[in-house]
Amino acid sequence: MKPDLRFNFIADMQKGTLTVRREFAATRQLVWDCYTKSELLDQWYAPKPLTTKTQSFDFREGGHWHFAMIDPNGTHYWSRTDYDTINPIDGYTGYDSFTDETGVANPDLPRSHLAMTFTDQGDHTLTETVVSYNSAEDLQTVIDMGMEAGLTSTLERLDELLLKFSR
Amino acid sequence: MDKYEASLDTLFHALADPTRRAVVQRLVKGPAPVKELATPYDMALPSFMKHLNVLEQAGLIASEKQGRVRTCSFNPDKLETAEKWFDEQRALWASRFDNLDNLLTSLQGGNDET
Repeated sequence: MKPDLRFNFIADMQKGTLTVRREFAATRQLVWDCYTKSELLDQWYAPKPLTTKTQSFDFREGGHWHFAMIDPNGTHYWSRTDYDTINPIDGYTGYDSFTDETGVANPDLPRSHLAMTFTDQGDHTLTETVVSYNSAEDLQTVIDMGMEAGLTSTLERLDELLLKFSR
Repeated sequence: MDKYEASLDTLFHALADPTRRAVVQRLVKGPAPVKELATPYDMALPSFMKHLNVLEQAGLIASEKQGRVRTCSFNPDKLETAEKWFDEQRALWASRFDNLDNLLTSLQGGNDET
C-alpha cells in the first residue's frame, strides 16, 4: 500500500497562482536529485499516460531544460524551463513556457513563473511548487486554450507505466 | 476542497449580497440591459454598477456595451471551464507525484510499494 503522503493543491484564480505541496518518503537530497537531473526527470515528470523526453538540459542559473511530454499517440508537447535562481538543495526558481521542438517559446501563450522549495519534514521531504502567471488574465488565456484538455483524460488505463516504474 | 477554495471564495463573496443574488437570478433567465436590471433597486447607478462589477469579476456575469446600452448576461461557462482546468491540473500533479513516489522507492532499493 502507498503511504498516506500529504498532497495539497490550491488554485487562486484572482492572483493567477497554483500552489502545490507534496510530501515524499525520501531524503531532501534524493528528491532534489529527482528534480534536477534530466535522467531522473525523464522517469517521472510527465503525468500518466505521457512520457518525458529531454532534448537539452543545463541545470544552472541562466540554463534551461527543454523537453517534451509525449502522449501514447506519439504527439510531443514541448516545453522549457529557464532556470533563474538555484540554491541547492533548498529550492530554485525559473520560468516555464510552451515551445516548439526547437525550444522557441509560443508567443501566444503566457509563460509562468515557477518557485520550487524543498524542506525537511522529519525523515521525509516536503516540496512546494508555486506556479504564477503575471495576471489573472494570463491564467485565463491558458485555461481558454485548454492546454491540458485531454491530457489527463486517459489516466485510468495506465497501469503499465506504473508497472514500468515499480519494476 | 482546496481546488475550489479560490473560486468559491470569490463566488460566495459575489453571492453574499441580496442585490447581487437577485441580479444573477434575473440574468439566468436571459440577458438584460443595465438600466432594466437597476430599475427595481432604490440605489444610485454607480452603486449598482459596483455590484455588477463584483459579479463580473467573479466570472458569474459578462457584459457588453453597444452604443450607450450595456447589456449583462449570465456566464456559467467561465467558472466551469476554470474548475475543470484546475481539476485537470490537480490530476496532472497527483499523477506526476505518484510517478516520483515510485521512482524514489526504486532509487532507495525498496520494493514494498505497489
